[in-house]
Amino acid sequence: MGLSAAAPLWGPPGLLLAIALHPALSVPPRRDYCVLGAGPAGLQMAYFLQRAGRDYEVFERAPRPGSFFTRFPRHRKLISINKRYTGKANAEFNLRHDWNSLLSHDPRLLFRQYSRAYFPDARDMVRYLGDFADTLGLRVQYNTTIAHITLDKDRRAWNGHYFILTDQKGQVHQCSVLLVATGLSVPNQVDFPGSENVEGYESVSIDPEDFIGQNVLILGRGNSAFETAENILGVTNFIHMLSRSRVRLSWATHYVGDLRAINNGLLDTYQLKSLDGLLESDLRDLAILKDSKGKFHVTLKFFLEEASTNQSADAITLPQDDNDNFAMRVPYDRVIRCLGWNFDFSIFNKSLRLNSGNAFGKKYPLIRASYESKGSRGLFILGTASHSVDYRKSAGGFIHGFRYTVRAVHRLLEHRHHSVAWPATELPITQLTSSIVRRVNEASGLYQMFGVLADVILLKENAMAFEYLEEFPIQMLAQLETLTGRKARHGLFVINMEYGRNFSGPDKDVFFDDRSVGHTEDAWQSNFLHPVIYYYRYLPTGEQEVRFRPAHWPLPRPTAIHHIVEDFLTDWTAPIGHILPLRRFLENCLDTDLRSFYAESCFLFALTRQKLPPFCQQGYLRMQGLVSTESLRQHRVESRLLRDDAPMGRDLEDSSQHPGNQELLGAPLAPGPLAQSLDSNKEEL
Amino acid sequence: MQLQLMMSSGFSVFRVGISFVIMCSFYMPTVDSLLELSPQKYFSTLQPGKASLAYFCQADSPRTSVFLEELNEAVRPLQDYGISVAKVNCVKEEISRYCGKEKDLMKAYLFKGNILLREFPTDTLFDVNAIVAHVLFALLFNEVKYITNLEDLQNIENALKGKANIIFSYVRATGIPEHRAVMEAAFVYGTTYQFVLTTEIALLESLGSEDVEYAHLYFFHCKLVLDLTQQCRRTLMEQPLTTLNIHLFIKTMKAPLLTEVAEDPQQVSTVHLQLGLPLVFIVSQQATYEADRRTAEWVAWRLLGKAGVLLLLRDSLEVNIPQHANVVFKRAEKGVPVEFLVLHDVDLIISHVEHNTHIEEIQEDEDDDMEGPDIDDQDDEVAETVFRDRKRKLPLELTVELTEETFNATVTASDSIVLFYAGWQAVSMAFLQSYVDVAVKLKGTSTMLLTRINCADWSDVCTKQNVTEFPIVKMYKKGENPVSYAGMLGTKDLLKFIQLNRISYPVNITSIQEAEEYLSGELYKDLISYSSVSVLGLFSPTMTTAKEDFSEAGNYLKGYVITGIYSEEDVLLLSNKYAASLPALLLARHTEGKIESIPLANTHAEDIVQIVTDALLEMFPEITVENLPSYFRLQKPLLILFSDGSINPQYKKAILTLVKQKYLDSLTPCWLNLKNTPVGRRILRAYFDPLPPLPVLVLVNLHSGGQVFAFPSDQAIIEENLVLWLKKLEAGLENHITILPAQEWKPPLPAYDFLSMMDAATSQHSTRKIPKCMKETDVQENDKEQHEDKSAVRKEPIETLRIKHWNRSNWFKEAEKSFRHDKEL
Repeated sequence: MGLSAAAPLWGPPGLLLAIALHPALSVPPRRDYCVLGAGPAGLQMAYFLQRAGRDYEVFERAPRPGSFFTRFPRHRKLISINKRYTGKANAEFNLRHDWNSLLSHDPRLLFRQYSRAYFPDARDMVRYLGDFADTLGLRVQYNTTIAHITLDKDRRAWNGHYFILTDQKGQVHQCSVLLVATGLSVPNQVDFPGSENVEGYESVSIDPEDFIGQNVLILGRGNSAFETAENILGVTNFIHMLSRSRVRLSWATHYVGDLRAINNGLLDTYQLKSLDGLLESDLRDLAILKDSKGKFHVTLKFFLEEASTNQSADAITLPQDDNDNFAMRVPYDRVIRCLGWNFDFSIFNKSLRLNSGNAFGKKYPLIRASYESKGSRGLFILGTASHSVDYRKSAGGFIHGFRYTVRAVHRLLEHRHHSVAWPATELPITQLTSSIVRRVNEASGLYQMFGVLADVILLKENAMAFEYLEEFPIQMLAQLETLTGRKARHGLFVINMEYGRNFSGPDKDVFFDDRSVGHTEDAWQSNFLHPVIYYYRYLPTGEQEVRFRPAHWPLPRPTAIHHIVEDFLTDWTAPIGHILPLRRFLENCLDTDLRSFYAESCFLFALTRQKLPPFCQQGYLRMQGLVSTESLRQHRVESRLLRDDAPMGRDLEDSSQHPGNQELLGAPLAPGPLAQSLDSNKEEL
Repeated sequence: MQLQLMMSSGFSVFRVGISFVIMCSFYMPTVDSLLELSPQKYFSTLQPGKASLAYFCQADSPRTSVFLEELNEAVRPLQDYGISVAKVNCVKEEISRYCGKEKDLMKAYLFKGNILLREFPTDTLFDVNAIVAHVLFALLFNEVKYITNLEDLQNIENALKGKANIIFSYVRATGIPEHRAVMEAAFVYGTTYQFVLTTEIALLESLGSEDVEYAHLYFFHCKLVLDLTQQCRRTLMEQPLTTLNIHLFIKTMKAPLLTEVAEDPQQVSTVHLQLGLPLVFIVSQQATYEADRRTAEWVAWRLLGKAGVLLLLRDSLEVNIPQHANVVFKRAEKGVPVEFLVLHDVDLIISHVEHNTHIEEIQEDEDDDMEGPDIDDQDDEVAETVFRDRKRKLPLELTVELTEETFNATVTASDSIVLFYAGWQAVSMAFLQSYVDVAVKLKGTSTMLLTRINCADWSDVCTKQNVTEFPIVKMYKKGENPVSYAGMLGTKDLLKFIQLNRISYPVNITSIQEAEEYLSGELYKDLISYSSVSVLGLFSPTMTTAKEDFSEAGNYLKGYVITGIYSEEDVLLLSNKYAASLPALLLARHTEGKIESIPLANTHAEDIVQIVTDALLEMFPEITVENLPSYFRLQKPLLILFSDGSINPQYKKAILTLVKQKYLDSLTPCWLNLKNTPVGRRILRAYFDPLPPLPVLVLVNLHSGGQVFAFPSDQAIIEENLVLWLKKLEAGLENHITILPAQEWKPPLPAYDFLSMMDAATSQHSTRKIPKCMKETDVQENDKEQHEDKSAVRKEPIETLRIKHWNRSNWFKEAEKSFRHDKEL
């Protein structure tokens, strides 16, 4: 084979091959969309591109999707909950409690079909991602490691340049839009003297047998640190855990990236005086010394710098020399680093200007709230690596969050490059209250990506109709019109989910008395996640408004705001507790009456008033009035409805007293003109 | 025509307005305009014992000023008290010592006979209230004692013990409306009671009053006090200080404290009832008479000014009252039965009275912002009724509940109606009841499967079926696209839709005989009760486009009207018979047994739909809740005959004649049967006060102007009279009886203003916690005010006062501010 293949190289077929190869090299294959990485985010984006019929390709260095999950988490237990039962049939609602599934139209591709475990095994995730790519027929080029990415300026390109991707074989790919979903793949290492003595989370043994009778020091206080500790808790002499700042418990911060209760066994043993312990110090001030017996000592970098270079390790000053009760004075058998992960910036050429974020977000590339890189147009960061947008706030770094942000990015792209406006439903104003109630009760994107993605209601002229847009990245609100292709000329509502302002935090007591709010008038003090509706008379486009929004406000100052009071069951459908105050809020924003009326009332209004309420205009007058049944009519009589409808109620009572002859003539008339009884706006009368 | 009619009536309104003004200006001078006199003339008019207020001014001073306007207004009220008012012009020839030297030193003087009682600088008399108050104050010098300290009050009190009662009042300043009210009361009651007045807040406080920022009036019961060391009992008037309220209050003070009665409480009437106060009967028996009387007296004192208290002697009573009842409560409203109560604590009696009289207070109180409807009360009739009905079990089993799994299989397997609803939405749930009623009516008779799907559970299914609002009804038929039902959300119309959809439209008629049966209603005998009109399209076999258009229209109208098509070779037989030139429509009106033809030439499907829809309208329909919209959209004034029961055939004939004679082309004539449409009575009440005898004919101009005209009830409803009336209407010679209110539908109640609450919390928080940042906070707040848009705050919700974490006065200020903003807008 080798010979026969080599021989024709010099012959005509080789020439043909060369000719065939040549254009391929000079004009590399071009794709509208290139997706880097076939992890959850990459596959999610591929799904949306595929459904929209776009020209795309996913590049994956491994032979199968989700390679990260083949190794991590090291102890194989995912801490994303796989809640298979909620007692509800609503598929959208159920996604609120499904942290592992990707979005698709196929109910077979829900994670609960792949695992029965509440905290599932990572291997199931790998299997799931493989099936997701296969079942949906996503275009993934496996075994392709993109080694280098550069920019090629071209005025014909969508964004004024193409992204040139070179893979490990030297193959070049040209892309109009680059969607980077490579996750965080580089272990975070802190440089300090002796850091070479430290084992990394990514490679340390996971066999507890290897730790029997050892003193272990773990650097870090995240989930991987605690997961590592949990695994060896029972066999070590003790575990000390060292980190820069105090431990952050996710149930106190409401941030799923903080320490989850499932991993916090060490907290238990620490506080129950079982030799394990937590310490706080900046790692960069420390040094680790290996003594002659191979044990590790913690000292200060300062002492190391004082000592002359040729001093043996045993001679260097230790803190306990001065402070004989120094906490970490025991020698350790092992030091393990569990300090998290960083984004791999190495493959991006400088010309892409893909920079890392500020001090807090160093591990993430710098991006806008639209997930587009600040350095180059057309370069989007998806998935875990896009978490800088909502780091420590929402769920954008996790599957159950970024599956929605990926969809938002896709919608932005559809509008930018294909003139497909952001999907919206246009409805008559009578459906306004209902459409909000529906979404706050079932929408999973709002629920998972609270504070990041929010629904937007754009009012039409005279507020007789509206467009409902789902899950828009609200930090981009000022650019809403250009990003979505929708017009916001007549005011808008934003529907966001929020925790109470001062409820969450690492040092907060989230179990204090009176933490729950039940009265509608106190709704603004709700602590648990609840819907908040902002009303803007005009789209806040000015940088002033957006930048100088009040501290801790996710959005610029609105014209009016409404909180739907928190609900223990997250079921916001109570007629008086939830829907009525919402309706009053909407009515007062729009200066109209959004009540619903039976056809009989509309009939009365039609003949006794020059104007009709929207419900009668949009229903009854179009011959779609709501006819009351006999039993409802009875209730209407009994209810007497409103006090300001009193004459109406009294009148009905009259009729009920004389069922045969309805009402008697000459009966005492209700005082005042009818108009007064039907409209409480007394100022105008 | 229509426009002309309305414009002229508009003018007539205007004319009435003008004539009214003329009338007023004609009469007014003789009654109470300000007399203008020269000094000499003025002094000659003064009569002994009569009081007179004169304003002396320079002859060349401006003829109008704010003071003169107020003085002019005071003429009439002062005349009521026998005080004349004049403006005296100081001319050069007649120098009077009352004429000031300079223009701005002019004063008003009060004379009694020709004795000067007082002089007033004009700024004391700043408005009509101040003028009346000060003049009466000066005249009633003895009747109203002005005091400044508690000692004075105690002296008066002691002096009058056992002799007379005192009416003590505090007003913030003299000259304000409350002061006037007290003086006016003193004018009437000054001889009976000693009036005492103060403006000293400290004095009021020393009496232990609360809310000292308001005016107060106390009744001191001194006449009963015989022991001089004893204090006079005091009763505080709780209503605002107005002349009327003081009058009512004094009347209740005058009424006997306790009355004994031995008659049916239902029949008892005292001055209290006339004053709108309830009566409390303490039921007594011989055995406990003394104790009961003491209790009753105690209650009477507590309820003085709030209710009348009577002692009801059970033993000598002829009517029966319930065994255990010890208190009988009788409301001031007429016709409300008395309540028999069992109250074991006198405080319960007091609180019962206080809780049950507030309605009265509201009616008296013009501001009535104290007890408005609660914003937490449901005012949506659909939501409220559905909520009240939530526990009733509907026979839902007659409809098939679909799920994500069963939806597609079901709607493809059989012809189905699907109701898409949301379990939490009131309108959906109200309609579900009608839907179930349809299922009950169709039980076992229909081939159509009635199904429903709760979109609150199966959101995705609904979205896939393009259902984004609720409720929606769709019909799924094999081989056809699903059709959305667009009729009334009620049993009757939905039933009609389902029944008419048992066959597909347009029906293909294949023989002349069949066509005749179709037109006579024989062919679909069981369906014509749902469609009073059958439409038949006549086409020659070659008219393919026309046939397509008609088929499209027929398909569009399916479920609302029966349509058929005939296009056989012998179609000419039919077209000749009904004098129609092809292509044509035949409309068979089954109720009237009439068949009319309408030519169709190049008529598109939507026009055919329009023709058929128009043809469904009657010339003189009985208007109902269901059919009003189809007539309403014609945008013509409605000529409605309200009839109690079926219409008199003569009236019907008269109006139909007018229709035929084209008198009513610009109107929609109809009649309303109050038996079928009882809500019509409420409409009449909006038009008439008092109600005229029925039948009554009105013209309602719904679409331009809202005027309502009534056909004179003393005229017979006959053609001649109607024609005459219509002509007069057209000429603008008729006056409307009312104009329908034109106001917009505003929010029925305010919403919680969470933004202000959050602001208040933040500002409070920041000022308390970091006083260093005060300056910054101020800047922020200014900024905030500019940005703030308070449209959402319509009225300060009382509810918010309940909020704990919050400074009350601060909130009031905020609320006031927002209220102002709102008004400016």
